[in-house]
Amino acid sequence: MRFKSSGIRVLGVAAAASCALALTACGSSSSNGSSTIPSGQPVTIGASLSLSGDFSADGQAFQRGYELWAQNQNAAGGLLGHQVKLKIVSDASSPTQVVTNYQKLISVNKVNLTFGPYSTLLSIPAAKIAKRYSYAMVEGAGGGPSVFAAGLTNVFDVTLPVSDDLTPFANWLAALPTSQRPKTVAYVTSNDPFTQPQIPVAQKITNAAGIKTVYNSVFPAEATDFTPIADAVAASKAEVVVLGSVDVPTVSAFMQAFEQAHYNPKAFIATAGPDQGATFAQAVGQNNANGMMVPNSWYPGYDNASSKAMVASYVAKYGGSASDVNADVAEAYSVGQVVAQAVKATGGFDNSKIISYLHSGVTMQSVQGPVKFNNLGQNLLGVAFTFQWQGANFVQVMPTSNPNSVPVLFPKPVWAG
Amino acid sequence: MNGTALTHAVIDGILTGAVYALMATGLTLIFGVMNIINIAQGIFVILGAYLSYALSVHLGIDLFVGLLITIPTLFIVGICVERAFIGRLKGPEKTAMSILVTYAISLIIEGTLNLVFGVNYVQLHSWYVSKSFKVFGIYLPYIYVFGFIMAVVLLGALYVMLYRTRFGASVRASLADHTAAALVGIDVRRVSTICFGIGVAVTAAGGMVYGATNAFNASTSYDLISRLLTIVVLGGLGSLGGALVAGIVMVTLEDVVSVAWSPVWSTMVFFVVLVVVLSVRPQGLFGKQSARVA
Repeated sequence: MRFKSSGIRVLGVAAAASCALALTACGSSSSNGSSTIPSGQPVTIGASLSLSGDFSADGQAFQRGYELWAQNQNAAGGLLGHQVKLKIVSDASSPTQVVTNYQKLISVNKVNLTFGPYSTLLSIPAAKIAKRYSYAMVEGAGGGPSVFAAGLTNVFDVTLPVSDDLTPFANWLAALPTSQRPKTVAYVTSNDPFTQPQIPVAQKITNAAGIKTVYNSVFPAEATDFTPIADAVAASKAEVVVLGSVDVPTVSAFMQAFEQAHYNPKAFIATAGPDQGATFAQAVGQNNANGMMVPNSWYPGYDNASSKAMVASYVAKYGGSASDVNADVAEAYSVGQVVAQAVKATGGFDNSKIISYLHSGVTMQSVQGPVKFNNLGQNLLGVAFTFQWQGANFVQVMPTSNPNSVPVLFPKPVWAG
Repeated sequence: MNGTALTHAVIDGILTGAVYALMATGLTLIFGVMNIINIAQGIFVILGAYLSYALSVHLGIDLFVGLLITIPTLFIVGICVERAFIGRLKGPEKTAMSILVTYAISLIIEGTLNLVFGVNYVQLHSWYVSKSFKVFGIYLPYIYVFGFIMAVVLLGALYVMLYRTRFGASVRASLADHTAAALVGIDVRRVSTICFGIGVAVTAAGGMVYGATNAFNASTSYDLISRLLTIVVLGGLGSLGGALVAGIVMVTLEDVVSVAWSPVWSTMVFFVVLVVVLSVRPQGLFGKQSARVA
């Protein structure tokens, strides 16, 4: 009986809370932020980031990127004379919590603008909430096709759409002289909206080049034991491995299992992980990192004045060296830069005007290079690069025609232990 | 799929499953004696991994030798946590409240680890972490073999303690019936405190192997605790043997399904098995009916 009454009480509280939330939502669903802010008052920007949970390393790097941009923007006079005040809350990497967070940021905290969360997985629910309130959702790490297929007109990704990330690598394989071109490739990917769309694009190119797919598998995102999957890849004896990974632990686990199986592919590229700078090298061992590749749209040595200034200010603020700055920081920083240009161009903080401006086809600048959105919110000017660890250096190797690319270390050196 | 791959998957599953069983044993011991569901068990594993990391990187102490320091350290941590928080839980809502309290403890430790070590992933390194040896055409990684041997030794020691010592008799009496144990003069509170300490101490060993085979940060604990809870539920809450069998069954089943069918279905198949087992035996494979009622 006690259990039953407790259950009813809990249900009652839950129902009341749901009603209150619904009323709050209804009462303010037409809001799109204050277009004018009284003089002397700061402009408040809300963001939900994965400060704990699966994406915590990336989420906290994003936090640094946002905070670094806010610091530099404030040093330059703020936005239209208003100091920038960030309100960042943690979603614990949960698609459910991210919804609650943006709901609260907009309807309770009354933030003027919103920045996106980390990952494709969280960007979709976040952008849907922002759209409900007619807020622009500019983000830097939600480039999966599912974000742009959701029918949202308020979402803008400042980074390259992820589907094309592996294209330079696949094209490079296909263009190798027949005598050097690998004969077989293994594709293995997490069932994540960031990684999965990249695989068929690359596979189409390698198939056309006569490179046979000898292993092709998807593993659940929640998997923690990769040994049997990695052993199966090793057993396929593929000359090239393309791994759809979202973090360092996944790549590290595959590398370790490959080494234990005495399996040395000629080329090994992972969609994320090796781009995490010193973190990756520490986790897998500096010598083992040698030859590992990763696609991305930015790296610390990127030849762009704005990027160099950001790297310098990052090192000044957080210490370390340029190699400690990972791509997440640049993606987050770019979000701030693009929003700042939109605010300046529209002369205020009206989200409707900002959305229209971002859809207007104008070209903006960011630490990742130029940004221009199509009607889906994809950055048309993003360039796909491929980077490789060569010794202790993380260098750009593709597109091979790019003057800043260095020769690819191929075949990849054997595991160093 | 071929026979070698399947054999490899089974061996991998047994070697890895024993380590998971060791971590889960602490969880099920704590529940059995105290009726406490220790959500913090995952973060204790990661704490153990970080302690091994600190000893290895800063003092150059071998990972297995370092267990001589980390196991007693986590035992003391467990004793302190039990005295400060867990032991204060009373009444009929004790088990439910323990979930909230241990979750709070987990968050505190996670935040502290983030402050001390940062959020970047780290991994434990030693010569045996990435090396392997060949047996009948199958490469066996040293770290998994060493981890398996360590898990068997520690589980054996735990067994001896429980079934061959006077303290073990007190523990078993407390497992069976708190009130009856107290009536025959057993200091159930003291037994509970020590059991909590032991339950946390074993995470030092499990954490070291986990940290050597996976890159980790404090947030990795969320992945761990869900697996550990699943193991103890399948094995039967409070059953040490059940945790061992369930740990090996779970990981082996996942590995075999990955190889024989597809990695996509590995987790799902395990949960199907879990649901089927619980439908037939709600108390788990080796749990007692009373354990669920308590």
